[in-house]
Amino acid sequence: MAPLVAAHGLRKSFGKTEALRGVGFEVAEGEIYGLIGPDGAGKSTLFRILATLLKADGGTATIDGLDVLAHYRPLRRRIGYMPGRFSLYQDLTVEENLAFFASIFGTTLRENYHLVADIYRQLEPFRHRRAGQLSGGMKQKLALSCTLIHAPRLLLLDEPTTGVDPVSRKEFWDTLRRLRDEQGITVIVSTPYMDEATQCDRIALIQEGAFLRVDTPQGIVDAYADTLWAVRSDRMHRLQDDLHRYPAVRTAFPFGETFHVTLHPGASARALCRHLEDCGHNNVEVRPICAGIEDCFMSLMKKSHES
Amino acid sequence: MKTFTVFVKKEFLHIFRDRRTMLILLVMPVVMIVLFGFAINTDVKDSRVVLLDHSQDELTGRIKEHLLASPYFTLAAEADEVSAVHRLFRENKADIAVVFGAHFTEELTRTGTAAVQVLTDGTEPNQASIRSSYVEAVLASCLPDLLPPGTAPAAYRIEPVVRMLYNPQSRSEFNFVPGVIGLILLLIGAMMTSIAIVKEKETGTLEVLLVSPLSPFVIVVAKLVPYFVLSCTNLMTILLLSTRLLHIPIAGSLAGLVGVTVLYILVALLLGLFISTCAESQLAAMLLSLLLIVPTVYLSGLAFPIGSMPVALQRASLVFPARWYVEAARKLMIQGVEMRYVAGECAILAGMAFALLCVSWKLFKTRL
Amino acid sequence: MKAKPVIIAQGLTKRFGTFTATDHISFHVDKGEIFGFLGANGAGKTTAMRMLCGLSRPTEGTATVAGFDVCREAEQVKRHIGYMSQKFALYDDLTVYENLRLFGGIYGMGGKAIREKAVFLLQELGLATERDTRVQALPLGWKQKLAFSLSIFHEPKIVFLDEPTGGVDPVTRRQFWELIYRAADRGITVFVTTHYMDEAEYCDRVSIMVDGQIEALDTPSALKRRFGADTMYDVFLRLARTARRT
Repeated sequence: MAPLVAAHGLRKSFGKTEALRGVGFEVAEGEIYGLIGPDGAGKSTLFRILATLLKADGGTATIDGLDVLAHYRPLRRRIGYMPGRFSLYQDLTVEENLAFFASIFGTTLRENYHLVADIYRQLEPFRHRRAGQLSGGMKQKLALSCTLIHAPRLLLLDEPTTGVDPVSRKEFWDTLRRLRDEQGITVIVSTPYMDEATQCDRIALIQEGAFLRVDTPQGIVDAYADTLWAVRSDRMHRLQDDLHRYPAVRTAFPFGETFHVTLHPGASARALCRHLEDCGHNNVEVRPICAGIEDCFMSLMKKSHES
Repeated sequence: MKTFTVFVKKEFLHIFRDRRTMLILLVMPVVMIVLFGFAINTDVKDSRVVLLDHSQDELTGRIKEHLLASPYFTLAAEADEVSAVHRLFRENKADIAVVFGAHFTEELTRTGTAAVQVLTDGTEPNQASIRSSYVEAVLASCLPDLLPPGTAPAAYRIEPVVRMLYNPQSRSEFNFVPGVIGLILLLIGAMMTSIAIVKEKETGTLEVLLVSPLSPFVIVVAKLVPYFVLSCTNLMTILLLSTRLLHIPIAGSLAGLVGVTVLYILVALLLGLFISTCAESQLAAMLLSLLLIVPTVYLSGLAFPIGSMPVALQRASLVFPARWYVEAARKLMIQGVEMRYVAGECAILAGMAFALLCVSWKLFKTRL
Repeated sequence: MKAKPVIIAQGLTKRFGTFTATDHISFHVDKGEIFGFLGANGAGKTTAMRMLCGLSRPTEGTATVAGFDVCREAEQVKRHIGYMSQKFALYDDLTVYENLRLFGGIYGMGGKAIREKAVFLLQELGLATERDTRVQALPLGWKQKLAFSLSIFHEPKIVFLDEPTGGVDPVTRRQFWELIYRAADRGITVFVTTHYMDEAEYCDRVSIMVDGQIEALDTPSALKRRFGADTMYDVFLRLARTARRT
């Protein structure tokens, strides 16, 4: 089956800054495709090119067989785009916002109620409240409803969960998965939260306008080549400096309650453990662990900087 | 079409739900007109008038009666010669002088036209011009009374020759109403409209609108319609207030005045659109509008007569739409000329509208 | 003998009309502690933080920060704290050094002290070559690190960090926490809110607010034991799910 979205060699510069340096990828129908990377990595630029709002300097992109440049008009009915800073009309009520976005796409809330029913049920008690007075999580749900209301085949969601608390974030991802399973909607979504990567079917790690790697979350984790050690002691604040000072340590990053450490070839974990005890740490624990997406991202980031 | 109405309704909701916007849009024009109006009204009542009559016949006597019967004038003195008038002015015992020549009646009956000299104290130019306009009004209105029954008043004309003493360059047709209309409509058109459009840029909603099937043309028109309606409402309020409350007559055709004003509103809205395409934030839009509005106050003849400005500034004033509008509106409102005399101003305003439309259209891209 | 806590809140309450944003919260934070202040959007975190910074008057209850009462001695409180948020941190149109000079000046540092400290600080951050660069030209990660260093430039007793790492890449996020650790080692108390749950683990103690009240307050490991959870993320989910407020 042909991919729903296909992009080849997309390039875009703003003055001297290169926002995208030749990005190509394919997204299959019914897939949740994540763009994972920090602010300024080029995610928003990519979204705006796909949403037919921005002309790429080079490269092509098609959605559903339609070119984003040549066929932008029919294409616009098939995509639901939520810009990064999208914040609805704060002075309109929940209901007014939805009715407005439905009508500009020539539809009504009633016609496509089945699409948003799941989300709208949670918003219904506040339908006369102004959007500006909703909590962050509720605003996000309303924004998603407004993006869905014209029954698009592809959702382009630019950082929908930024600044939203973990509970609302989790609910948001649950909703996206339901949309994929029940409506067959394809989603391209970006996030700066690495822990959300596992919620996607496939992810692209993006940094400084280029894809570091594209794979399933599991595939990315599996490709992590180094042995990763989780190190902890009862003096975590000191551990940082002592780890960095040990010559056999290649990288050491705090990860929650442990440090994730990689060692230079030939170095042993036992030696590290002894070194830390010599530095005055008690209850030192060094054990091998599986890498997470964030470990992979940082390792890939380092490699791309070195090359 | 339904989409369009929904869109326009949404725009009105934005306006009605923001108290500050409402205040600027609806209350400010009223306050401005009333303030201007009353400030002027209280000051120019009971002007002390000096009469210098070299003709001394029945006709001039009747004109003098008419003048003094008006609530705006009280008699300061009957002078015998011009030097006495000057003395009275210098001693601040008179505000205005009306001088009839020795052959006034003879000229009027023979040629149908006679001149009356009106001298005003130009140290207060605004009041001076209002006073002289009152004299003109009295002279025009008393004409039918003076003529023998059966003669057509249209055949006769008393021509006031106004001279402002001590400040001869000040123009006499000063009137604030066209100025206030010009300023308020610019404020609503340029500032409020550009802010409203840029606000959608800031919230990201404009991007969503642009990717919708709505054509950019519909988006722009729908955003402009409410401000057009409000501008028209304001025009009506101002005209009603100035004619009913302040008793300022509209000398020319009302339809003509409204027509020219609607054209000006269009220019103001397009200016707003143009500003919104240049500005990325509401603050930038406001500053850009102020950059436009402040020189407009000085250079369009709203407050200061263009005739007395240095040539360079006079040239600069040519690019401000308000200058052309105020000129046309004054001709229509005060001088009461026919429409064909403001055709030039109208053509220039229409040209500006067209140019702005083209530029904005190029800048307001389908793609951001 | 243990030193007196640097933040003591007792029954701290803020009402807006009939809405109680912060509902009788009591806690204390020790010197040099990294205190994580978590909660869902709208749980009352920001309101509580504003009261502690002396920006908003409590409706009820008291709090002392750095030994000063937040109601009666708000000015003294402000003098002894640093503050950094994701939204406002630095003046984009000023250079790095101009920002340093400005904030040093605001807190009453002398010109010489500012100059000396600036050299040291820029060296430490690796920004020495960027001294005269406008802040807007710096990458986000650098800006955030610089902003944090600025918030403790005047050696405050406590620094309040409101979601300091939002949107920052993972490596910079770690470097940022290294700075936090270093500050804590110097004895600066760190009071931080975040939506990254792994960052909650870096804190000495964590409080979780739900519907205006503190539902849990302990070390991350104790919290995980108590809720039988593997990560702070699970702890947070379990607590925040009980929220009624939207």
